[in-house]
Amino acid sequence: MSVLREALDHQPETKAFWSELAEGRFKLRHCRACERAHWYPRAICPHCASPETEWRPASGQGTIYSYSIARTTAEPFVIAYVTLAEGPTMMTNIVGSDFAEIAIGKPVEIAFGHQVEDGITLPVFRVV
Amino acid sequence: MSINGQAYIAGAYEHPLRRAPDKSLAQLHAEVALGALADAGLSKDDVDGYFCGGDVPGTGPFSMVDYLNLKVRHADSTNIGGASYILHVNHAAQAITAGKCDVALVTLAGRPRSEGVPKGGLKRADSPVQPDYAWETPFGMTILNVYAMCAMRHMHEFGTTSEQLAWVKVAASHHAQHNPNAMLRDLVTVDDVLNSTLVADPLHKLDCCIVSDGGGAVIVTRPEIARQLKRPLVKIRGAGEAVKHTAGGAIDLTYSAGRFSGAAAFAEAGLTPADVKYASVYDSFTITVIVQLEDLGFCAKGEGGRFVADGNLIAGVGRLPVNTDGGGLCNNHPFNRGGITKIIEAVRQLRGEAHPAVQVANCDIALAHGTGGMLGTRHGGATLIMERE
Repeated sequence: MSVLREALDHQPETKAFWSELAEGRFKLRHCRACERAHWYPRAICPHCASPETEWRPASGQGTIYSYSIARTTAEPFVIAYVTLAEGPTMMTNIVGSDFAEIAIGKPVEIAFGHQVEDGITLPVFRVV
Repeated sequence: MSINGQAYIAGAYEHPLRRAPDKSLAQLHAEVALGALADAGLSKDDVDGYFCGGDVPGTGPFSMVDYLNLKVRHADSTNIGGASYILHVNHAAQAITAGKCDVALVTLAGRPRSEGVPKGGLKRADSPVQPDYAWETPFGMTILNVYAMCAMRHMHEFGTTSEQLAWVKVAASHHAQHNPNAMLRDLVTVDDVLNSTLVADPLHKLDCCIVSDGGGAVIVTRPEIARQLKRPLVKIRGAGEAVKHTAGGAIDLTYSAGRFSGAAAFAEAGLTPADVKYASVYDSFTITVIVQLEDLGFCAKGEGGRFVADGNLIAGVGRLPVNTDGGGLCNNHPFNRGGITKIIEAVRQLRGEAHPAVQVANCDIALAHGTGGMLGTRHGGATLIMERE
């Protein structure tokens, strides 16, 4: 079992996120009390501490808040913070784009089907 | 209750080695502990409080208190990464003020160079039990590329340049040339930094700190005991600590926990940044120094790049001498944690015991500040302000 699978098994509160994403649905955790979305997803709202949180469909749209091209690995890759249309900023990768296209402020969208170890699908983005 | 004037740093010792393959981790902790006690003129049997971070072998203080055969009535193993030891001096001063101990020992040691522990460019050994693990680690997050994202955003918002980042390393190298124990003693130019390998845009290899073996320790004690010793008096004036995190997704990479720990420390000390003659500022990367100098109030937010340029951090040249031992960029970064060395060089400056080439004239007020953990996700900040009495 991979360390990532072990990590997911430790977090039953976010199990639905991963199964939905694998099916091509990107969901965000919202709070019914304060009506705000947050990241990373939690059972308890980090804004108002209400336990009344739920999954809602997300647009999958965002813009690059910051990024770096990691060059110490065999294959360089783009790590980024993307600010989602719904408000929160999340860590992710930008895939399928030339490094020259990557810039702060660039619009991006979720790229489904990005499987890694143990068949787990990660929420990554591509330049629109 | 304020700690201002209630505790003194009576002893400080930095291990001379930067590679220690023939010493155990516990032995390194013990050697720096005994070095700091000897510096203070105290013995191990005087110690009744022990403070350590996540670099000790074993669970919290247990194994080192046992190895050293100490009798403590107070112990604290709060772990905020590389800034832990600056926080520990604050906690030791609080414990002394509250009457919980009289002589506090703080140690840091490590041998990552000899053990081949992953450098910042490799994956962090975070625990899969952490609630944040699955939202960061699978994306290839490393210490290096997270700090790089902070630098990228700083450049975007404030126009900070790679040349300005490089000046932090240039200043460190100017200081390290005078430190016979420094791991890197060669002078470095701005061009040397810019021409070094690009490792995580916009950071170059020479924007990154070193990995070294070794360690350091300090002794904190109450005023009555400090005054009986024969060393110059280094009084603690104020301290602050804070934790910054991802705030439910409200990410802002342009500032650190130092914004809060620094303000708390200056308020307790009754001082302002203009009073500080020397500053030790955690230099895990060049960007770390720029962000922290802004957050501590040495310049306005966004002005850090311009503040560090043209040798402004070099002793005898610039307005604010920073890390006159060569810092983590050139001198020492044991266990990938630099907090203790930040305190030790500040104590040297206040005592007038820094290398003559970098000693700050009339150094009466010094600051030590650290950021431990990840500047771009969650980290601890700790600030300590000291005065030569």
